Amino acid sequence: MSLFNVFQVSSSAMTAQSMRLNTVASNLANADSIVSSDGKPYRSKQVVFEAVPVSAGNEASSGVRVRQIVESAAPQRMVYDPKNPAADEKGYVAFPNVNVVEEMTNMISASRSYQTNVEVMNTAKSMMLRTLQIGQG
Amino acid sequence: MDIAKSLAVYRKAIDLRAQRHEVLASNIANADTPNYKARDFDFGEAMKGAASRWDEQKNLGLAHTSSRHFMTRGGGADYRLQFRNEYQSAVDGNTVEMDVERAQIADNALQYQILTQLISSRFQGLRTAMSGTQG
Repeated sequence: MSLFNVFQVSSSAMTAQSMRLNTVASNLANADSIVSSDGKPYRSKQVVFEAVPVSAGNEASSGVRVRQIVESAAPQRMVYDPKNPAADEKGYVAFPNVNVVEEMTNMISASRSYQTNVEVMNTAKSMMLRTLQIGQG
Repeated sequence: MDIAKSLAVYRKAIDLRAQRHEVLASNIANADTPNYKARDFDFGEAMKGAASRWDEQKNLGLAHTSSRHFMTRGGGADYRLQFRNEYQSAVDGNTVEMDVERAQIADNALQYQILTQLISSRFQGLRTAMSGTQG
């Protein structure tokens, strides 16, 4: 039954959106981390979505998956602070290239998309329940 | 009167509505996927296509005249997926417009509900006919 595919499609989108929210949380938490695990300043992470068919030969329905997580190529924020132990010889400290405003809009967008997918799932569920009620009146 | 035949139109219609919901759900799921193109199919055209094939073979699906024939799952896809025309373009090449998709989902779900009610009332009619003389 094709309505069951809707659950797969919407849940794949919800998984993808929650991964996006995860990177937003990571970026915002590390917005000021001047040293990350590799010794360099933290770099902003972004998810790349990709449409994938939920089953072979079914062109009608395509779910979403996160193809890769890329590190943003934006330049790092240089702050003049000679007292900081991480400062270079000119006295500048490299801060992460996290754009806080961008991350906040990303967060709102991810949460709205998540909500919409939940609603689509609920619609499919009520359609299926209606089907089960046929002939019961 | 053949009960299954009298319900066949409803069956086809409800099937197409369910498939359309699947297509619309895919559009909404991919609202943030770069270069994804929103798709949909024309319900009326799909229904017309199904009806015309019906007249040709009197039933949906391939004839099964030998035990070595493959069983088919009905007559295959009746609809033709088309790309939606966009009103406003997005920088990432995505053509999903959330308001359009949401409106179509609501419309489709309502039409589905109407069909379930029509089928129910058809059964109700049969039940009334069967219990007609029993007070």
